[in-house]
Amino acid sequence: MSLDKATVARIAALARIKVADADLDKMVGELGAILTWIEQLNEVDTKGVEPMASTVAMELHQRDDVVTDGGYAAKILANASEPVARGEGGFFTVPKVVE
Amino acid sequence: MLIDGKSGKWEIVIGLEVHAQVVSNAKLFSGAATAFGAAPNAQVSLVDAAFPGMLPVINRICVEQAIKTGLGINGTINRVSVFDRKNYFYADLPAGYQISQYTRPIVSGGKVTIDLADGRTREIAVTRLHLEQDAGKSLHDQHPTKTYVDLNRSGVALMEIVSEPELRSPDEAGAYLRKLRSILRYLGTCDGNMEEGSMRCDANVSVRRPGAAEFGTRCEIKNVNSVRFVMQAIEYEARRQVALIEGGGTVDQETRLFDSDAGTTRPMRSKEHAHDYRYFPDPDLLPLELDEGVIAHIKREMPELPDAKKRRYIAMGLSDHVAALLTAEREASAYFEDVAEELTSKIETPVPEAAAAIAVMRQTIANLITGKLFAILNDRGVSIANSPISAKNFAGLLRLTFDGTISNRVMQDVAEAMADTGKDAKTVVAEKGLRQVSDSGAIAAAVDKVIADNAAKVADYRGGKQALFGWFVGQVMKATGGKANPGMVNELLKKKLVG
Repeated sequence: MSLDKATVARIAALARIKVADADLDKMVGELGAILTWIEQLNEVDTKGVEPMASTVAMELHQRDDVVTDGGYAAKILANASEPVARGEGGFFTVPKVVE
Repeated sequence: MLIDGKSGKWEIVIGLEVHAQVVSNAKLFSGAATAFGAAPNAQVSLVDAAFPGMLPVINRICVEQAIKTGLGINGTINRVSVFDRKNYFYADLPAGYQISQYTRPIVSGGKVTIDLADGRTREIAVTRLHLEQDAGKSLHDQHPTKTYVDLNRSGVALMEIVSEPELRSPDEAGAYLRKLRSILRYLGTCDGNMEEGSMRCDANVSVRRPGAAEFGTRCEIKNVNSVRFVMQAIEYEARRQVALIEGGGTVDQETRLFDSDAGTTRPMRSKEHAHDYRYFPDPDLLPLELDEGVIAHIKREMPELPDAKKRRYIAMGLSDHVAALLTAEREASAYFEDVAEELTSKIETPVPEAAAAIAVMRQTIANLITGKLFAILNDRGVSIANSPISAKNFAGLLRLTFDGTISNRVMQDVAEAMADTGKDAKTVVAEKGLRQVSDSGAIAAAVDKVIADNAAKVADYRGGKQALFGWFVGQVMKATGGKANPGMVNELLKKKLVG
């Protein structure tokens, strides 16, 4: 599958990965090669085959509706760059997101 | 409703996406609490904050609440559904993706019957209901250059309920939201509190010529938090689109925000929410397979929903209007049923006369609740759930009216006094000496006095002015402070006025 530079730039922007213009041509080639490789899967006829969700036969485990976690705001915020304490808890802070 | 444009009439086409917060103790995929109003980040687990290596484990009750809601809107419960990752970047979404359901939701199809102002009803089709996580909360007004982030809401279970684009006016959109909220509250699957954000609405709005087969280009108005605002936002947005098209422009498909102060919508400035979510199945979660036994159990436990209850009340003899008022909120119908039960449970029903009496009594109870009690609640700005008169006390008040202890007029005053003091009817009546006078001697004395004091009027009456009778009744009631038994007053007056 061939990609153009604009598509690769858009994919990078969506994933918040900074790619210099100079590197885009190289990425076009690499990403295109990966997609071409994966596209081979389309040659397999999967009509009527349920998508496989797991390699082991098991069901989704369900939890009871009981509060068993939380209550440690300090731990949650321990690695935050500029947390602001507030009462028993505190906030993460980020550069202002204008809406 | 059609909009009168310069170039002719336009039809509004509306589809609503409602995000309803599931009533549960813990979050959808973690054991952190969901309660409203905790200190920031105090109800966050390592899963909700998306720490590396944390794995989601689904909450059984959230799944059951979604099934219950799906049944409540007559949807199809899918035996297998799949969780997908919806990818986007935002400061209050720590994982960089929201776990949602895309191609295979837990509920497909459904319908909501809306009640229109003129008494008609309309069925609105529901496309789907799916389970997803809520994001955290961003606070933009705490600091001049920073946004504060609280993840308490991150990971709380939401049901996204999507309607087909079948609504045609702001009024219909309002009726749909009110009915959906009523159903959710009857089911106890969402508290429907739009002010606290536990029910939020996105509206997709477009316009077209009446009868056109194609839809116009739509705009999505995000996160409107009251029924009234949704209606205002739709009205404004539809008129904006008409003016734009008639001015030679075209509608851009975009996401807009409603400004409730200005009553307008405006495009979102950021392009962060570009609709390119790159959904894919969440590799951390297996498909959700539902057990037939669980679905059957939930079906058996389903409460009576507002539409069915309303039909039953109408069959019971209540008017459409009163039945609609009583069933709109679960608490009002429960109140009515408690009062009726309290007053009628001791009556033996086998004889037809008793059944007829009970039917009349129910109508009276319903009328007094939607009349007097609703007025009392309205005056005091409280909901029926916090009524200052309990159902038991209201029944006690009606019992005193039915057995003739107090007159209907006095009942109104007693109700007000009960609401002010929280006392029961018997206490209020005793304290204020409001017991109805059924002592024929006392009433006769009052009648005699009125006749003696108003010789001229008596002469007019006897001369043929029958219309004065009501005036005499009024005078006697006034003389007895409204406490005289009206039937006895009528009877004695008639007798004595003849002379």
